[in-house]
Amino acid sequence: MRSEPVVTLTRLVKRYGSKTAVDGLDLEASAGVTAVLGPNGAGKTTTVETCEGYRKPDAGTVRVLGLDPVKQAAQLRPRIGVMLQSGGVYSGARADEMLCHIAKLHAHPLDVDALIERLGLGSCGRTTYRRLSGGQQQRLALALAVVGRPELVFLDEPTAGLDPQARRATWELVRELRADGVSVVLTTHHMDEAEQLADDVAIIDAGKVIAQGSPEQLCKGGAENTLRFSGRPGLDVASLLKALPMDTLAAELTPGSYRVTGTVDPQLLATVTSWCAQHGVMPDRIAVERHTLEDVFLELTGKELRG
Amino acid sequence: MSTGTYSPRPGAAPLSRMITAQALFETKMLLRNGEQLLLTVVIPSLLLVLFSTVDVVDTGSGKAVDFLAPGILALAVMSTAFTGQAISTGFERRYGVLKRLGSSPLPRWALMTAKTLSVLAIEVLQIALLTAIAFGLGWSPQGNPLSVVLLLILGTAAFSGLGLLMAGTLKAEATLAAANLVFLLLLVGGGVIVPLDKFPDAAQSVLGLLPISALSDGLRDVLQHGAGIPWGDLGILAVWAVLGLGAAARFFRWE
Repeated sequence: MRSEPVVTLTRLVKRYGSKTAVDGLDLEASAGVTAVLGPNGAGKTTTVETCEGYRKPDAGTVRVLGLDPVKQAAQLRPRIGVMLQSGGVYSGARADEMLCHIAKLHAHPLDVDALIERLGLGSCGRTTYRRLSGGQQQRLALALAVVGRPELVFLDEPTAGLDPQARRATWELVRELRADGVSVVLTTHHMDEAEQLADDVAIIDAGKVIAQGSPEQLCKGGAENTLRFSGRPGLDVASLLKALPMDTLAAELTPGSYRVTGTVDPQLLATVTSWCAQHGVMPDRIAVERHTLEDVFLELTGKELRG
Repeated sequence: MSTGTYSPRPGAAPLSRMITAQALFETKMLLRNGEQLLLTVVIPSLLLVLFSTVDVVDTGSGKAVDFLAPGILALAVMSTAFTGQAISTGFERRYGVLKRLGSSPLPRWALMTAKTLSVLAIEVLQIALLTAIAFGLGWSPQGNPLSVVLLLILGTAAFSGLGLLMAGTLKAEATLAAANLVFLLLLVGGGVIVPLDKFPDAAQSVLGLLPISALSDGLRDVLQHGAGIPWGDLGILAVWAVLGLGAAARFFRWE
């Protein structure tokens, strides 16, 4: 799916008064799903809203589907779908009415009834927008973003405030969009969301992209993964090391507690357990600690992502 | 939904279809809003009936309804083009509706066109209802209907400009309060029910320049006194329209 970039941001700068929200940001998003990951206030929303044509950059260039979102807005708007972080619906409108209305602004919209069914909005009935639950409002916003059959969808914090079930339903829809060839750019401060959905992750902090790559690439880039197990104290670690692949380390941290550091894959796990079997060791409490995006963020910025 | 459901097939609907859909949707939203109906339908109707049948205000010689009906029509235009539009647009801005529509295929000028059509549609309904009530009260209008239409359209333009200026610059809550306050003040001081000549001379000359006074006075000149084209009042409305719409275009903030 790596072809022409759908979004190209070059040295983007956006200030609000004396505050610099985006500070020389470079980002390229290809077809597929791109997650823009970062803590609150990192500049995620400003970045996305610049792509959507809502913000005029103070410096740098923005191209979305090859177009300038401000100067070529009329050409771009029918081709993109936008999910705002909140609001965007007439407070007196029902979910189905609003969706039907936005569908009418497009030439070949999705089937509104099927979309309502798909997103579980059928139960909203005659309830007007202001009385919908937060989760229902969120799902309606998602429906509004996709109803026009866009090529590219921007989702700003699509699962913020959703319960786990609704969250998974949203993930499922993002996967379906991707499978049908719709590109998605989403912002999130949930690591698991980025790891689950994205082909490509851009980590931003203080208005800059500080790392970009597939979740696997980013996780490999930092410290290596570890495998821990317990056994009887004083095992022959040198013998274990010989059985393990090159570049893998093993150590007895405290008596009876062992750590193997390296590329932890099924092969490595099998090697460790068969070595234990050969030496009559019952490895207890085997734990694999994979390096997560959370760790990557911590290493890159020295701070926790949430909070 | 099966594979391929979401396959991209982007495109804007034809402009005429977008504008029609938007105008119908906005009209539906306005007609559903109870507070708006109170302002645009209930209050003007009640005032017309009350002051035509109960002798509270001295409306000069002739039937009270002949004096009141033109003023109430002016009030109806103000309630929809100014007060109602300011409040609804203010809240659409506050709730991100204008922002949301800003990324839809509907261009901004088309959104404003649709809003205008929706205001005009509501006004047609108001005028039909109020005219029927006025006839029921024995109203006998004079004059050229074209002059009346011209006044109503320029009045709508003047009030729309002021309403949108308010909606696009103030907070929604401030717009709500201010638009209702202005409605009340202009109802009392704009020659709608109380003839302007009841006010002191100095006040009269200022109040006469208000858009509501120009509209009610112009409508009264035509409908009550059978005047041709009330150029003075049309001129005042035109100046308000240019100033209001110009300022709205310059200062309106979409978010």
